[in-house]
Amino acid sequence: MTTLDVHAAPESAPVAADSILFQPIAASSSGFGSLWEVVRISFGSLLANKVRSLLTMLGVIIGVASVVSLLALGNGASASITGEIEAIGTNILTISAGSQNRGPGNATAAQNLTMDDAKAIEALQLPVIGVAPQLNSNAQIVAKSADKNAQIIGITPAFQVVNNLTMQQGSFITDEHLQGANTVIVLGSTLAKDLFGNGQALGQTVRINNQSLRVVGVLTPQGGSAFGSEDDRAYIPITTAQKRLFNARTPDGNGYRVGSITLSAINASDLDALQSRVSMLLRERHHLKLDGSADDFNVINQAEILGTLNTITSMMTLFLAAVAGISLLVGGIGIMNIMLVSVTERTREIGLRKAVGARSHHILMQFVVEAAVLSMTGGMIGLLLGSIIPIVVTQLGVLDAPIDLQTVGVAIGFSLGVGLFFGIYPAQRAAKLNPIDALRHE
Amino acid sequence: MISLRDIHKTYQMGDVLVSALQGVSFSIDKGDFVAIMGPSGSGKSTVMNLIGCLDTPTSGEYVLDGVAVDQLSSNDLALVRGQKLGFIFQQYNLLPRQSALRNVEMPMIYRGVSGAERQRRALAALNLVGMGQRVDHRPNELSGGQQQRVAIARALAGSPSVILADEPTGALDSKTSSEIMELLRRLNQQQGITVVLVTHEHDVAAYAARVLTMRDGQLIGDQRN
Repeated sequence: MTTLDVHAAPESAPVAADSILFQPIAASSSGFGSLWEVVRISFGSLLANKVRSLLTMLGVIIGVASVVSLLALGNGASASITGEIEAIGTNILTISAGSQNRGPGNATAAQNLTMDDAKAIEALQLPVIGVAPQLNSNAQIVAKSADKNAQIIGITPAFQVVNNLTMQQGSFITDEHLQGANTVIVLGSTLAKDLFGNGQALGQTVRINNQSLRVVGVLTPQGGSAFGSEDDRAYIPITTAQKRLFNARTPDGNGYRVGSITLSAINASDLDALQSRVSMLLRERHHLKLDGSADDFNVINQAEILGTLNTITSMMTLFLAAVAGISLLVGGIGIMNIMLVSVTERTREIGLRKAVGARSHHILMQFVVEAAVLSMTGGMIGLLLGSIIPIVVTQLGVLDAPIDLQTVGVAIGFSLGVGLFFGIYPAQRAAKLNPIDALRHE
Repeated sequence: MISLRDIHKTYQMGDVLVSALQGVSFSIDKGDFVAIMGPSGSGKSTVMNLIGCLDTPTSGEYVLDGVAVDQLSSNDLALVRGQKLGFIFQQYNLLPRQSALRNVEMPMIYRGVSGAERQRRALAALNLVGMGQRVDHRPNELSGGQQQRVAIARALAGSPSVILADEPTGALDSKTSSEIMELLRRLNQQQGITVVLVTHEHDVAAYAARVLTMRDGQLIGDQRN
């Protein structure tokens, strides 16, 4: 610290040298050897003002508690959404008619994805589990004692493989049904219940657009998804949809429209390559020039959707955490405020400590430690309180919102940082006090 | 022990320069008991602040126990104060929430003295001033005279070269005042501790062996009782 030798040229020994008080003090006064004592002094003065210390900490407690709970809930929600998408499959490409550039008013001009396109894609022998064209429409399904408006999906047998559908009763649409454009239908479990109650749906007849269709299968419940329940839908051969129910002949009369074509890749990592290969084929078949004219179809890459959703949820989480961070900041300002008051109140104490030998760094340390202890303790309490909501939510099974180590680290790190940052200024004011003036302070 | 030579101290008060000390010179020997007297504004407090290393002179030399302290930085002055000086104040200046023992230990914390050694010295000092039975009392549980005894113990505990007392009896009644002054005289005579005190009361100054009188920033009297 200093090269000053205060023991230079000591004068003759004291008179009553027998007293312990006249033995030289064997201690170094250098550096931060007394840091622990300074920390103890800080704790002491915080404990002496319990109510004030608690109120001062409140800002940090609320700030950290909200950061912790919002981060946990946000991460939990994000994981839950990601999980649902992954359950649908991250290896799916969906090609639909129309381009992103077309407004809704031009929708009719975009009905140019055909059965032949689907067959051409299949002919490429790509590494896919299946190529599943489909044609969706809403229609009233009429059973003997009930009727219901439902989404009717015209599909090929590949649809079952691509979407992992399992049967509760009967069988799915077969190739024979497809070739013969047979009037058969497979019902989602909820839809079957709505139309036939608890009775037997299999083998019954329903009517759609005045066509009778025989129920050949009922699906096992698939559960809800982010995009509505799969169990409310009905499935028919796509050929039946095109020819018998919804008249989906192309304008030129040579083929049949499809609504979309779904590809299920064997490896999710192939999705990008599959997307460009399929796009190229479709542009060729649709006679689109290579000069950059827009696609007249739309490819949705499931992995991209997942990525986008992840970005959105993590941005939401960050946004919420930032809002919570503002309250942490306000808490820090509260600490600075109280520390400034404390320095003013304890001016005489500071003057005394300096008069009897405390150097500036001792005083600085005392007040910085006080601020840091306040905010760290607040941070710990906030962490405990902030954990309650995520733990309760997890226990109730609403959402799996684990509190990870990262969150704990962020909470404690931030509260310590806030304490140090907002504690420095009051502490510097204390350390700079002149002992003569400080001792005179009333 | 203390040697001041041609000390000048000038303050800036607003636009005016105030000359608080105008060439003060004196020496105090080891083991002496000196009272500095004078009316308010005479410069006795300024001298006390300089001797106490709380302030530095504008010009002049000050040697304390072999160390030239007149041009030290404020942190080095704090080091000197901690090691060579013991302070006694008019208002005792004890820390209100700490026991007498902790109060006496406090200055030694800043010298890095170990806890056991601090306690040993603090107890010895409290015994010496007759407060050995009240080491766990807080200041608000003690009378004014008892508080001042604790403050004297605090000044003693670090084995200072000099004890500086600024109006040590200013807040006490006359009976307690004389008890405190007796204590200081006993410490001076029996333990050989150098004591310098500032007062404006002749009764108090009468306890000292030597009286320095100040007026208008100059030393005008130096006599032995």
